[in-house]
Amino acid sequence: MIRFIIRRLVLLVPVFIGLTLLVFTISHILPGDPVKLAAGPQASAEEIASLTREFGMDRPLPQQYWHYASGLLQGDWGQSVLTRRPVAADLKIYLPATLELVFAAIILAIVIGIPAGLLSAITANRWPDYLIRILSLASIAMPRFFLALVLQLVFAMSLAWLPLNGRFPIIDLPPPTVTGMLTLDSLLAGDWLAFTTSCEHLLMPALAMSLSPLATITRMMRASTLDVLQQDFVLTERALGLSQSLIILKYVLRNAFSSTLTVIGLYIGWLLSGSVLVETVFDWPGIGLYATKAIVTQDFMPVMGVTLSIGFIFVLVNLAIDLLYGVINPKVRYQ
Amino acid sequence: MTNHNGAHPSRWQNWQRSIYRFRQSGLSIAGLAIVLVLMLIAVAGSWIVPFPEHISGGINTAARFKPPSSLYWFGTNELGQDVFSLVMAGARVSLIAGFGVVMIAAIIGGLIGALAGYAGGWIDDVLMRLTDLMLTLPSLILAMAIAAALGAGLDNMVFAISMSWWPGFARLMRGEVIAKKEDLFVQAARALGASDSRILLRHVLPNVMSPIIIKMSLDMGFAILAVAALGFIGIGVKPPTPEWGSLLSLARGYLPDYWWTAIFPGLAIFFAVLGFNLLGDGLRDLFDPKARR
Repeated sequence: MIRFIIRRLVLLVPVFIGLTLLVFTISHILPGDPVKLAAGPQASAEEIASLTREFGMDRPLPQQYWHYASGLLQGDWGQSVLTRRPVAADLKIYLPATLELVFAAIILAIVIGIPAGLLSAITANRWPDYLIRILSLASIAMPRFFLALVLQLVFAMSLAWLPLNGRFPIIDLPPPTVTGMLTLDSLLAGDWLAFTTSCEHLLMPALAMSLSPLATITRMMRASTLDVLQQDFVLTERALGLSQSLIILKYVLRNAFSSTLTVIGLYIGWLLSGSVLVETVFDWPGIGLYATKAIVTQDFMPVMGVTLSIGFIFVLVNLAIDLLYGVINPKVRYQ
Repeated sequence: MTNHNGAHPSRWQNWQRSIYRFRQSGLSIAGLAIVLVLMLIAVAGSWIVPFPEHISGGINTAARFKPPSSLYWFGTNELGQDVFSLVMAGARVSLIAGFGVVMIAAIIGGLIGALAGYAGGWIDDVLMRLTDLMLTLPSLILAMAIAAALGAGLDNMVFAISMSWWPGFARLMRGEVIAKKEDLFVQAARALGASDSRILLRHVLPNVMSPIIIKMSLDMGFAILAVAALGFIGIGVKPPTPEWGSLLSLARGYLPDYWWTAIFPGLAIFFAVLGFNLLGDGLRDLFDPKARR
């Protein structure tokens, strides 16, 4: 087990190097001159030349890559051409906001999806099952940004139950920053009011993000529950007089864990990258909005920073999931 | 369907059985119906809409923000354009763009996957490591960055999305080619002295096409979704191209009073994606017995 973990961790090194190489190559193949854009239309040739020198873009590409990659190791993720702010400092602010959204979406998907999948399997081919299956088909086809708009229209604009957008009211004092996630920080500070306020802001964007993984968890839970209920040992136990709910508690809960893990692995990249759409609708100040602004101005250091951090998180989460599979299911062997 | 050897009747019976199963599945039929209607609208769009002049950018400031009525079924927008006409015209944009994405992705991914699977060795290693790395990159952000760098335009947007879409096809194709290349008929062709390119193009590829086509149909809905997402972010197509995502994005500013400008383009995306997903699921169940439950 320990040897397996160490081997997997060592294998991460070439993956990370490959990722930085790939992201660096793509961003240098693409047309567009960020310096010219940042300098403005009135900039003289000398001004552009001096800016190019300042950002090291006059050096040969392998040298630029070496500079970038060695900087990454020291926590220097480059600098935005437009705002002159270091990318690492920006990511420190924006990444927790997106992670909070992604965590909340995954939690919603689990809390709603697992009971829904169970209910669907228990009532297989009767109306609750049909209803749940149709809703999950619709959930997968529903564009996140459209659902986000409809939620806004109904719950913020018409009913005024929830705040329209943002993470926290500007006039209120946010909790002291520890993790950068407002819900956690307000709990850590014991500030109940700040906690409910940040939850109110989080609810709609998290719901809009959670729909697809929710539908997938529901379908997987339904399938695996039906599978378990048809096994011989379950039939035997039922014949011996065990109640259905006891059997489900005994055997189906393990499936709940593994289907949850699978869905997280499948969706983590999708959620992080797709947060762009939900963040745009709700003005949620995360890496999605940050990346969009940078992309529009072709400010490629922040775009590389966001892309790489999502890639790193994706790889690490999937490694963690591979390890957890073995913990919950001894049948999975480490090789 | 007369038959001279044993292979034909069973193949024909398989088809009949498949068609029967497809017709038994109400959801697949619903998906097929939605897709057929979409295609019809895409082909006939500009002739059957009530206000064809609005599609090409014509405006009517006297009729701004009219709610849905018998004249304007989906109401009118901030320029007095008929939303129904715009949404209908958007079907062609979305279908062509979505098809373009899966087609380019299937060709690039298919070539890379076939080369990797057939050649094996270090070529396989290099190509598949590249594919795996591409899969870890955030696809939407990658597509946005490429589309923004290439500049506005539907073709640039389609190209940008397919650049983030091909790895799935490469993996699928590699697996299929590896499974087929040791088959007896391929070895027979090799024994008869056929060249590598002939074996790959004439013997291997035709036999691995059905999973590729199924993946293309399954991906169509999500490709349409990706196109709309880029349009919604405002990267890619620009007005007056009646793209559903960008229509929705423009309408955002006029909520909640003029809700119809947003609801109808949004529903159009939803139904298009739903239709292709249902049809794709149905087709996969037909041709891939393993996925059937």
